[in-house]
Amino acid sequence: MVHQHFKLVDVMTAAENIVIGQEKGVFTSKKRMAQEISALNEKYGLKIIPDKKIYNMSVSEKQSVEIMKILYRGADVLILDEPTAVLTPQEITALFDILRRMKEQGCSIIIITHKMAEVMDISDRVTVLRKGESIATVVTKETTPKQLTEMMVGGSVSLEIERPKVTLSEKPLLSVKNLTKRDYEGVNVLNDVSFDIYGGEILGVAGIAGSGQKELCEIIAGLDKANGGEITFDGDSILGLSPRAILKKGISMSFVPEDRLGMGLVAGMSVTNNVILKSYNRNRGPFLDRKFAKSLAEQIVSDFDISTPSVNHEVKKLSGGNIQKVLLGREIWLAPRVLITAYPVRGLDIGASYNIYRVINEQKKKGVAVLFIGEDLDVLKSISDRLMVIHSGEVIDIVDPEEVTKEDIGLMMLGHHREEGAV
Amino acid sequence: MSHIQISRRANTSRLAENFVRIGAIVASLLLAGVVMLFMGYNPIDIFGKIITSSLSTFSRFTETVNKTIMLTTLSLGIAVAFRMKFWNIGAEGQFYMGAFGAALAAFGFPELHPALLLPLMALFAFVFGGLWAMIPALLKAKFSTSETLVTLMMNYIAVSFISYLQYGPWKDPASLGAAKIARFSDNAILPKVFGIHAGWIIMLALVVIMTIVLKYTKLGYQIDVLGESETTARYAGMNTLKIMFAAVMLSGGLCGLAGFMQASAIEKSITDSMSGGLGFTAVITAWLAKLKPPVIVVVSFAFSMLLQSGKSLQVIGIPSSITEILQGVIIFFVLGSEFLINYKVSFRRNAVKEAE
Repeated sequence: MVHQHFKLVDVMTAAENIVIGQEKGVFTSKKRMAQEISALNEKYGLKIIPDKKIYNMSVSEKQSVEIMKILYRGADVLILDEPTAVLTPQEITALFDILRRMKEQGCSIIIITHKMAEVMDISDRVTVLRKGESIATVVTKETTPKQLTEMMVGGSVSLEIERPKVTLSEKPLLSVKNLTKRDYEGVNVLNDVSFDIYGGEILGVAGIAGSGQKELCEIIAGLDKANGGEITFDGDSILGLSPRAILKKGISMSFVPEDRLGMGLVAGMSVTNNVILKSYNRNRGPFLDRKFAKSLAEQIVSDFDISTPSVNHEVKKLSGGNIQKVLLGREIWLAPRVLITAYPVRGLDIGASYNIYRVINEQKKKGVAVLFIGEDLDVLKSISDRLMVIHSGEVIDIVDPEEVTKEDIGLMMLGHHREEGAV
Repeated sequence: MSHIQISRRANTSRLAENFVRIGAIVASLLLAGVVMLFMGYNPIDIFGKIITSSLSTFSRFTETVNKTIMLTTLSLGIAVAFRMKFWNIGAEGQFYMGAFGAALAAFGFPELHPALLLPLMALFAFVFGGLWAMIPALLKAKFSTSETLVTLMMNYIAVSFISYLQYGPWKDPASLGAAKIARFSDNAILPKVFGIHAGWIIMLALVVIMTIVLKYTKLGYQIDVLGESETTARYAGMNTLKIMFAAVMLSGGLCGLAGFMQASAIEKSITDSMSGGLGFTAVITAWLAKLKPPVIVVVSFAFSMLLQSGKSLQVIGIPSSITEILQGVIIFFVLGSEFLINYKVSFRRNAVKEAE
């Protein structure tokens, strides 16, 4: 099985990771390992360099190592959990080539994915699961994305993501100039990042996972410090202020972080205690306003149609979609002027995802400036008004999503500027 | 081949959870009974003796309550820190420093009216216990040291400090060579209410106050959020250091108050053995009570009964270790039951054969 989050030892080489836990006897022969690996490389069209350390590898290389681990064991059933979440379109094509080759060699492959295009592209048969139940297994050629979606959701949904036209604010609400951040090793994780977002606009951010998205969000929200640059909100500099100070300045910026249960919500607490996380301090005095908390929780539960047994239910026991709705509901209730969302639909089913897109679009219509960090390029292309592509902490370009193809975006995600053109 | 399968329970009702817990206690008593049988004692007899020797006469009851007061107050202190996942196992040391603070006030103003002196002693005890707990908190904030280790080590410093006073500067010249610290003046001694020292009223008040603090105040909410996830707390704009310091001060202060009550009401002085190790027992009682103040009183009372009866059993020729076995078995079962509450264990035959 290839997990969504890789299980590799960073400081070891590819070869060491591959044979780990299965050497027979105490000694291993490096040479033999290398031979076996290159034999498998050839057989399946992989490109693994046995001596390369994992920490020097790109995400797609790491994934190849994960796949090789399984092949090396002689397995002929391969299970991949969301293998494409971290890959660029080009890398996905390469991965699918490998998978097809494995198929020809007689392997069985199970691929778990939430991207409809991939299902249609790679699979021979599709099994649709809903809430732990197998709904149906169909032959891919005989079905359509719409039909699959209906099976997933259990009703009909529109697969259109609308992009309403909204008049923009005159001046940018949030503007970031030359933002630079170095990690503790002195490596630039954000390098000279500049962009503006206007009210009533969704700025999509595309990039391979780990290209600086997390740092960017956390610096804007005041959770992390930058090494240089400027962030202004409606004309006021907010760089270096604590999250509390940013709130106190009357700047309403809502931040839906990537790590929902680890940062955005308190997993072990009730819905009520979670919705007041940012507003518990609004009344004076040392006591919590329990009445307000309860009514707010009930309001958010009904506004966002959250299915929970009660507002006293622990959030970690809710489903992914409902967890996300609690978080978004709380942030939106704060009536933000800037909404920062990172991977807001990660792990959600299609129905829940489209609900979230709708909510975000509603915010845009209200004149909120939205920074939307995503991973599915189809979604990013259709929801964003402008699309910023980042690579290794640098802004490669900000483009009109209508004017570029997914392949163009993919190349930019790898760091190629559009002007340079050819690869 | 059969398999044991462990899976997370989706939903358990409160009622079912409590049912499991009570079941665990009953099971632990049964198991302890079996052990007693093997040791050649009649378990019913021994359980009876545990109850009679801790409750039957007023003086025995008083002793049990005295222990409950101390154990409850210490557990409350520990619970505050534990809810924040600040592993304060320094209740013992904070208890001694609290007692020391109370003694400073008692020896400093022996003539002061009790209505003023006793609150002053309590205040000193709270501050000394709290500050003693602040040291590991500051070290954690500044150098990210492990509070578990530092609070534990500081227990020994505190006890040794009291020993030093006892054998050195505070040695009572009137005690004719015995290493003892002088008795407090009468003004510094907690009065009795209904025959038991007034600490029980303080204890009940503290339970009510702590219930309110933890459940209905912003501080209690912040402590819980911080305990669940520091990242979330920072994300929500909380001043995590300030919250940690406030909670640790409260935690150490409560342990210090326990020291004040024990010194003032029971010892009427301070000694280097006055805690009887309850600072460590309190960790267990706080945890068994799931860090909830009202439950802490109940658990502390039950443990005090066990502690109290241990002594009496010894006198009539039954090893007091029986009560220790009982304690251990109860802890094991109750903590084990948490696993059963959160996870489902099912035994099943391996129905699915390996693929042909």
